[in-house]
Amino acid sequence: MCSLPVPREPLRRVAVTGGTHGNEMSGVYLARHWLQAPGDLQRPSFSATPVLANPAAAAACRRYMDRDLNRTFTSTFLTTKATPDDPYEVTRARELNQLLGPKASGQAFDFILDLHNTTANMGTCLIADSAHNVFAMHLCHHLQLQNPELSCRVFLYQQPGEESYAVHSVAKNGIGLELGPQPQGVLRADIFSRMRALVAAALDFIELFNQGVACPAFEVEAYRIAGTVDFPRTKDGDLAGTVHPRLQDRDFEPLQPGAPIFQMFSGEDVLYEGESTVSPVFINEAAYYEKGIAFIQAEKLTFSVPALPSLTPTPTPVP
Amino acid sequence: MTSHHVAEEPIKKVAIFGGTHGNELTGVFLVKHWLENGAEIQRTGLEVKPLITNPRAVKKCTRYIDCDLNRVFDLENLGKKISEDLPYEVRRAQEINLLFGPKNSEDSYDVIFDLHNTTSNMGCTLILEDSRNDFLIQMFHYVKTSLAPLPCYVYLIEHPSLKYATTRSIAKYPVGIEVGPQPHGVLRADILNQMRKMIKHALDFIHDFNEGKKFPPCAIEVYKIMEKVDYPRNESGEIAAVIHPSLQDQDWKPLHPGDPVFLTLDGKTILLGGNCTVYPVFVNEAAYYEKKEAFAKTTKLTLNAKSIHSSLH
Repeated sequence: MCSLPVPREPLRRVAVTGGTHGNEMSGVYLARHWLQAPGDLQRPSFSATPVLANPAAAAACRRYMDRDLNRTFTSTFLTTKATPDDPYEVTRARELNQLLGPKASGQAFDFILDLHNTTANMGTCLIADSAHNVFAMHLCHHLQLQNPELSCRVFLYQQPGEESYAVHSVAKNGIGLELGPQPQGVLRADIFSRMRALVAAALDFIELFNQGVACPAFEVEAYRIAGTVDFPRTKDGDLAGTVHPRLQDRDFEPLQPGAPIFQMFSGEDVLYEGESTVSPVFINEAAYYEKGIAFIQAEKLTFSVPALPSLTPTPTPVP
Repeated sequence: MTSHHVAEEPIKKVAIFGGTHGNELTGVFLVKHWLENGAEIQRTGLEVKPLITNPRAVKKCTRYIDCDLNRVFDLENLGKKISEDLPYEVRRAQEINLLFGPKNSEDSYDVIFDLHNTTSNMGCTLILEDSRNDFLIQMFHYVKTSLAPLPCYVYLIEHPSLKYATTRSIAKYPVGIEVGPQPHGVLRADILNQMRKMIKHALDFIHDFNEGKKFPPCAIEVYKIMEKVDYPRNESGEIAAVIHPSLQDQDWKPLHPGDPVFLTLDGKTILLGGNCTVYPVFVNEAAYYEKKEAFAKTTKLTLNAKSIHSSLH
């Protein structure tokens, strides 16, 4: 999805996926609500389709049944022949690929908005693959401007040369909304309302684009992934300490070499040994313990995003 | 267990349980650390034994495998015939009862501390099962005083139908230690340090008691469970409303009739009924959605304890 051309047609086929991780409750409950009452998702030029991405995991209130659904959208998983022993999420990824894709084809949905929560203190975070994704960057910018009180940050997650693996990569374009902190399995009213308002604002942006509004060039700060740091562990792979109190909850705040990052159970501090200041994100995310990640190191960069050309205006379809 | 009995004999056998719920990580990692290096929890004259109570759930970082371990220490479950068909946690409860009980016998451990976390904003909480237990009221008074100004609340779960058969209930003096808020599956350093302090002060109390210190009569404020309140649900049993933003994170704070309690997914506010002020606890605990508990109502009262001292001095 790297050098994405900007859309030259209105976006008509848009999906909002909740419950990609079954215990991230804002998306689970929003998806279930919209499946009963999709009114929120309608706009004059399109209606977004709500999808409960991982129904079995949502029913069990677990992140996944067999494997992380949001890492299962690579071509290997999607195109290999199905067998009865396939993990649940592999079968489900193929179904979603049929419904919203096929990935990298002309028939794929135009846009997917994928809803997530994190146990990390990341506030409101908009997740896009890269700054070259002009449409996504304009959408994020719109969300930042519409909600100045929220401090929406943009996190760019794609590593160079890496194949896309997340659910929103099935469509021609997409972003993730990541709201926290919220424990897994808990539905907080404040975060639920915020997620709902952000989805509405995102759909409003798509509507404006479809109506022919042009968006000028701008500069934006964004946080781009540079690496990850694991917890200190014993020789058996168990935790030997945890995130230091001075790092806990400080997502996006500059972390300098020499600052404490972990506190060992025996009491000592472990200091950050990187060569330069980084912005830590996803600090102490529950789901990342098994992935060997205590926090992600990001670089704070400023990007110049070119203008998003307006579509040639087309008449609004009569409802 | 006799409730009017002022503790006379010194305390000999103490256990510290972690991982009763496998994803409540503070207890898991404190116990694992103490199994490797137990110096911190030793006191002269006292045997202090740490134990991971639900190792299979700990390995999977899940609350339980078949059923909640902290609900199956009743005599019926403890007495069931051993078989492969029994849920894992019932079999494990029977093992634990043999090692640290048997429940209601003279051989059982004197004190068991059972370490828990909650997603609710409950801070440091001590859980008491018997309102007439002078020894534990004195211990809790000591811990609260030692922790001050850090607040430490006492939750009394004595109730004819709502009291449940906890893992620690096999001891003569069961102590629940609950610290939050912490997401399940996350280990926070600040929460770990708070729980560590609670244990330290509790063990110091036992040690001081054994050394002959006399504890004068004391009183503590406790919050006694009255009733559990479920989420409003639709016909399919799905949750139809969330804890209201004004109640979220307000554990232990007074809640008056007419105050907002729930917010429906359509945006309507549901208010507290009834005619008395209550003190809500376990507000929005993740593990209680399936137990149909959005929060518990408590009433505030004062418990008094007589003076206690060890009979050897």
